[in-house]
Amino acid sequence: MSQRTIHFKIYRYDPDKDAQPYMQDISVEVDSTDRKLLDALTKLKAKDDSIAYRRSCREGVCGSDAMNINGKNGLACLTDLEGLPQPVVLRPLPGLPVIRDLIVDMTQFFKQYHSIKPYLINNDPPPERERLQSPEDREELNGLYECILCACCSTSCPSFWWNPDKFVGPAGLLAAYRFIADTRDQATNERLDNLEDPYRLFRCHSIMNCVDVCPKGLNPTQAIGKIKDMMVKRMV
Amino acid sequence: MSIPVLKFDAVIVGAGGAGLRSAIQLSEAGQKTAVLSKVFPTRSHTVAAQGGVAASLGNSEEDHWHWHMYDTVKGSDWLGDQDAIEFMCRKANEVVVELEHYGMPFDRLDNGKIYQRPFGGHMSNFGEKPVRRSCAAADRTGHAMLHAMYQRNVKANTQFFVEWMALDLIRDSEGAVVGVTAMEMETGQVVIFHAKAVIFATGGSGRIYYSSTNAFINTGDGLGMAARAGIPLEDMEFWQFHPTGVAGAGVLITEGVRGEGGILRNASKERFMERYAPNAKDLASRDVVSRAMATEIKEGRGCGPNKDYVLLDITHLDPATIMKRLPGIREIGIQFAGVDCIKEPLPVVPTCHYQMGGIPTNYSGRVVAPKNGELRAEVPGFYAAGECACASVHGANRLGTNSLLDLLVFGKSAGDSAVEDLKLGKAHRELPADAAAQSLARIDALNTRRGGASVNETRLAMQRTMQDHAGVFRFGDMLKQGVEKILEVEKAARQLEIGDKSLVWNTARVEALEMENLIEVAKATMISAEARKESRGAHVRDDAPDTPEHPNGRDDENWLKHTLFSPVDNTITYKPVNMTPLSVETIALKTRSY
Repeated sequence: MSQRTIHFKIYRYDPDKDAQPYMQDISVEVDSTDRKLLDALTKLKAKDDSIAYRRSCREGVCGSDAMNINGKNGLACLTDLEGLPQPVVLRPLPGLPVIRDLIVDMTQFFKQYHSIKPYLINNDPPPERERLQSPEDREELNGLYECILCACCSTSCPSFWWNPDKFVGPAGLLAAYRFIADTRDQATNERLDNLEDPYRLFRCHSIMNCVDVCPKGLNPTQAIGKIKDMMVKRMV
Repeated sequence: MSIPVLKFDAVIVGAGGAGLRSAIQLSEAGQKTAVLSKVFPTRSHTVAAQGGVAASLGNSEEDHWHWHMYDTVKGSDWLGDQDAIEFMCRKANEVVVELEHYGMPFDRLDNGKIYQRPFGGHMSNFGEKPVRRSCAAADRTGHAMLHAMYQRNVKANTQFFVEWMALDLIRDSEGAVVGVTAMEMETGQVVIFHAKAVIFATGGSGRIYYSSTNAFINTGDGLGMAARAGIPLEDMEFWQFHPTGVAGAGVLITEGVRGEGGILRNASKERFMERYAPNAKDLASRDVVSRAMATEIKEGRGCGPNKDYVLLDITHLDPATIMKRLPGIREIGIQFAGVDCIKEPLPVVPTCHYQMGGIPTNYSGRVVAPKNGELRAEVPGFYAAGECACASVHGANRLGTNSLLDLLVFGKSAGDSAVEDLKLGKAHRELPADAAAQSLARIDALNTRRGGASVNETRLAMQRTMQDHAGVFRFGDMLKQGVEKILEVEKAARQLEIGDKSLVWNTARVEALEMENLIEVAKATMISAEARKESRGAHVRDDAPDTPEHPNGRDDENWLKHTLFSPVDNTITYKPVNMTPLSVETIALKTRSY
């Protein structure tokens, strides 16, 4: 198997021993079975076990290994090593407090997600069988329910950087629209009320960084636009 | 050193499907509950399940729970307990409908009901022909399900301890479970969770093998904790090799691909499953398909330059169907095989996927272990559900879509059982004086040991040993050597050394603690496999071949029994299979063919 070397520049910070963060130059040998950035990181960790990052499914569905890769947010497990410019510069997701190395504190991100009441609200007594939904109505949820909460989008959004406590951010708003769009949900008005505020929804200025970085190819900007439309229609 | 103690009614370890389902029961019943998880709940490995969850809803054609029960018993090669299997199949409709009410975005039929697709081994009318029983949300059923259950828990105000790793089970002098120790990963702080009920929902341990569909986090933590606390592990020789892992990468390709019409082909493009399973063909049970594939490869009919994989072909399907029903698979093919399955077939190999065995429970989700001559004595305060548990519904081989059903049904019943026991209103049992001693000693050893074994090398040695000695086909002499080798690896695993000594988010320490759990699982697997001298389900050995007296190598006279591996002294005992269902007649022993 052909060996080659991958050169990294990695953001390092361990509050237990480092006075301040620094960028570390480090390299690792990989072979032809190592297709993804996460494969290289796994080999790197075998060499230096102090490099800290989250990872789990290694197939782009759990959302653990989001990081800033050569200046752009993405998942290490879905990033091809082939063609990746070197040195590969790895930083933690921007805009959230760093706990250690590539691990950020996601409290604020999840707080915003939780703030939109991310669960189906339907106050009718549950029927004995499934609630019915037409295939067309179900299709409305495509492009919304697949979010993996990796935070690539919200942490690439300037509006979220400036107001992480007040602006829900693209991931949370995508989730909000996922429930608004669900014909089984009865809380559309309540959900719109919950976003009626100068910051929570309207800080989105359609910069579209979220769309650019989403590893699942989702479009939060479009979902946000639909919520804004509904707000306007509700007013007239 | 004084260790903080947090007191709860119930502690659930693991926030995948089973943990979240039991948490719903406890939270909605108003019990003070803590859910501990190494990862944020929606990152648990249930998220990677693809093809669906089984329930005889009969939305597309006639179906019946009794047919589902028959298929599951047959799939288990008669090693599954028939009371638990009847319980699961009868509960299926209820738990799937509940999920729909939680908001799960199931695909729909034109009449608005949940979409169902065929899956391997699921048949109508007691084994006649494939039936549409798998309820699916495209090929992202696990993701849709896990998120829906997390969301329901948000609604129910469940208290999560996210990125906390449970370390050890705490038992009192009478053997009752009174809590767990756990470590907050962000700070390295060890805490005692004192509880009246402890539910393990820690998932599988597929990382004992070198090639696995499992996530990095699937390290058998619950089994390791149970083993260290002297709880035996049941039927650990039975591991499912999923027929279709992406060759090289190991990433799962759902059986739903074959449910939608996909066909397995060898180097000469032959649909070889017709020779191995003339009736069910590509939709035979997973152990049957995996063995057929391994045989094709072994006999030189594999594909590629090294003839080491076969092809999964869906190029004959309408691209619109693929985009609608299998969009995630198309992405995986492009990402991990460099193949667009609309145009070209996918290279696949049998890959370690699921642990049929685990912590022994009854169908109420209560952990049972031998005590004073009673083989199924309940361990007070201890419950388990999902892949870490062995109810046993999967026996020697699990059917596809029965794992998501298992975690729903037994997650719910474990939660209900805990609620029922909590309602008796008993006080917390006292913590033993040395409740945290074992955990602190383990952490201390990792902080101070010099000249120990590398975690990475020890893990690789274990994974290679398991792969080479306990794979799809097993050999008597290789298993014997495997036992010796794995006991060698165990010595290293007891002497691990890490470079990183930081208290903050120390992933090296987490991996070392995980390795101490993995080795318990690997050892239980190898020793149990060596001991079982027959072929049954996923456990097939060369010295127990297919003969007229023992079709498929199965020996019911001597081996229709569950293995119980005792981690205390590496010994094995057995307990009978429960052949008596709850309400229907026994599904009688029969030669298994598809």
